[in-house]
Amino acid sequence: MHSTLPQTPQTPQRPAAPEPPDPPEQRRIKLGGTTREEVLTMLGAGAGSLALDWLLYERVLPLSGAFGFLLCWYLLFLALYTLVGRLQWDALTVRERLATALAWSSGLLVLAVIAEQIGYVAVRGLDAARHWNFFTETMRTTAPLSPITSGGCLHAVVGSLEQLGLATLFSVPLGVVTAVFLVEAGTSRRSARFVTPVRVLVEAMTALPSIVAGLFVLGVVILTLGAEKSGLAASLALTVMMTPIVTRAAEVVVRLVPGTLKEASYALGAGQWRTVWHVVLPTARPGLTTAVVLGMARGVGETSPVLLTAGFTARMNLDPLHGNQASLPLYVWNYVKQPYPDMVARAFAGALTLMAVVLVLFVTARVLGRHRAPTERRARRPLRRARTTATAAVPAPAPTPAAVPAPVLAVESR
Amino acid sequence: MTETAHPAFPVQTSGGDREDPPTVPLPPVPGGPQADPAPRALSGLETREVTAWFGPRKVLERVSFTMRAGEITALIGPSGCGKSTYLRILNRMHEMVRGAALAGEVLLEGEDVYAPGRRPAEVRRRIGMVFQRPNPFPAMSLYDNVVSGLKLSGIRASREERDHLVETSLRRAGLWDEVSNRLGTPGGALSGGQQQRLCIARSLAVSPEILLMDEPCSALDPTSTRRIEETIAELRHRVTIVIVTHNMQQAQRVSQSCAFFLATHDTPGRIVESGPTERLFTDPADPRTADYVNGRFG
Repeated sequence: MHSTLPQTPQTPQRPAAPEPPDPPEQRRIKLGGTTREEVLTMLGAGAGSLALDWLLYERVLPLSGAFGFLLCWYLLFLALYTLVGRLQWDALTVRERLATALAWSSGLLVLAVIAEQIGYVAVRGLDAARHWNFFTETMRTTAPLSPITSGGCLHAVVGSLEQLGLATLFSVPLGVVTAVFLVEAGTSRRSARFVTPVRVLVEAMTALPSIVAGLFVLGVVILTLGAEKSGLAASLALTVMMTPIVTRAAEVVVRLVPGTLKEASYALGAGQWRTVWHVVLPTARPGLTTAVVLGMARGVGETSPVLLTAGFTARMNLDPLHGNQASLPLYVWNYVKQPYPDMVARAFAGALTLMAVVLVLFVTARVLGRHRAPTERRARRPLRRARTTATAAVPAPAPTPAAVPAPVLAVESR
Repeated sequence: MTETAHPAFPVQTSGGDREDPPTVPLPPVPGGPQADPAPRALSGLETREVTAWFGPRKVLERVSFTMRAGEITALIGPSGCGKSTYLRILNRMHEMVRGAALAGEVLLEGEDVYAPGRRPAEVRRRIGMVFQRPNPFPAMSLYDNVVSGLKLSGIRASREERDHLVETSLRRAGLWDEVSNRLGTPGGALSGGQQQRLCIARSLAVSPEILLMDEPCSALDPTSTRRIEETIAELRHRVTIVIVTHNMQQAQRVSQSCAFFLATHDTPGRIVESGPTERLFTDPADPRTADYVNGRFG
């Protein structure tokens, strides 16, 4: 009470008081992330275990070899990290951090393996691939001891693309139709009987050894029907390999289309065919693209089906229907066996090219598989309006025919 | 503006005015090429002794009820009483569920929609449906969503007809002013309430005689709900509407007649009471109805 009294005369002064300065920028709290303590603990454990490992491995134990050294280092690191962690944290935290370390190291291991594969091929392959002629020439005039600046893989790239294109042309419609059948046939009792056999067949085909696919085409198409070894025969063998992959991947994404969308379509008076064509497949399109890419990635690298059916040639053969046709896997397989270093380098460069082709395919398919950009249609619409305006404005009686179909429509909708 | 409004049609296409419809004096929408109510009397729907099963379980028992033309009929009742099933029976969506079975008759304009030889697709086009959750087709633009019914039921239409149909349908669903400048965007880019009105527009585009709505507002906020209710009220003179709702205030607000469904633990659902909405809410004959509409259970 007493304290309030002296303040009352001050109250009118309060508005006159200077505005409080803007509060200083608040310090942001660090959310998550690692502290310096954690990093240092990990680095310390790493360095300590390396030193211990060296001591054990080089001075104490009668072992040798890089692999064992790295493995021991890793195990020692885990042990040391647990130990050092236990000194400062409670058991639960140590377990959590240890799990984190394990997860990270397994991830890094996988990445390292991939990087090693690509890097090894790239390093070995660059001997040949850094010469531009590798991508512009065939092996037609290249003898075993020709310098690396002659010869290339152009014919194999062309052959691979042709065979893969044909195989995709065959396997994607087959695979997608089969996938749609597997999903949609279950709705009617009559066709549901066939779903299980078809699915079993598809699964069995997925596990089919690829050499058997090659033998199948060799036996049926080449030996029995008398066709020659050609790119077409190779693409048929690839189709056998790719169809089940496409089917299984497509079935998953077709099944993911929400039932409410199908219901909406049926409620608008659509039949099953139109629902599949206009609603299910467009909705599943990005996923279907992935399915196609999976199939293509499987197909482009297959060697054994192609080995038996395509023949091999060092010349360019643009015609997939006649004559032997080389492809990248065959190119690699054929030249890596040869005892000449330049040939082996060409084989590695071929493998590098194969990986680049796969990468390009993936990126292309990803771009194609995206939903239409939302603004695309909007940008086009004014154009279309302008066009209809133009057509409607020039011939005077244009409106009348436009109005005529209206009653027809009304009748049709009855 | 009735049929004589057709000459106004070119005015509409020649303006190039899709971009800012509020400022351009568009002619009042003449009845769409095929959604014109004038040449057609509104249709009513009647069920006789409809009983429904899912597998061995009977979910509806001898439901006889008439939904009069040009009226909004609300079906109310607690969850699981079979009112949604009943609604789906009306346009033959019931049979899409595995193990579903049915007895009785559903008469549209005096003809049984379950008559042998009658195609379900044709029935569903004449009796449209709006679902509980908005389900626009995500792979289609707004424009294509509205005309999807044409594509899906195999009706051909010229570009002008389609442009016109899109505008008419969106206007009727009360969505035109909000989306007319972005008809190319995907259907999923709208808010929930707009999506539901888009679904209504989509259903209207095939000019159904009856429109069934299965709790069309239960996934929406109050503002969107009000918008949809206004839309429903405006549509009353064009199409006969049957709406399932959990919300009794909504039933009271929008409907002219009402049916109260009830199912107890061991008996299948049936209509306890039906009649004009006003009477059902103020002077129910059955004590169970009174309890339900006054919020004492359910």
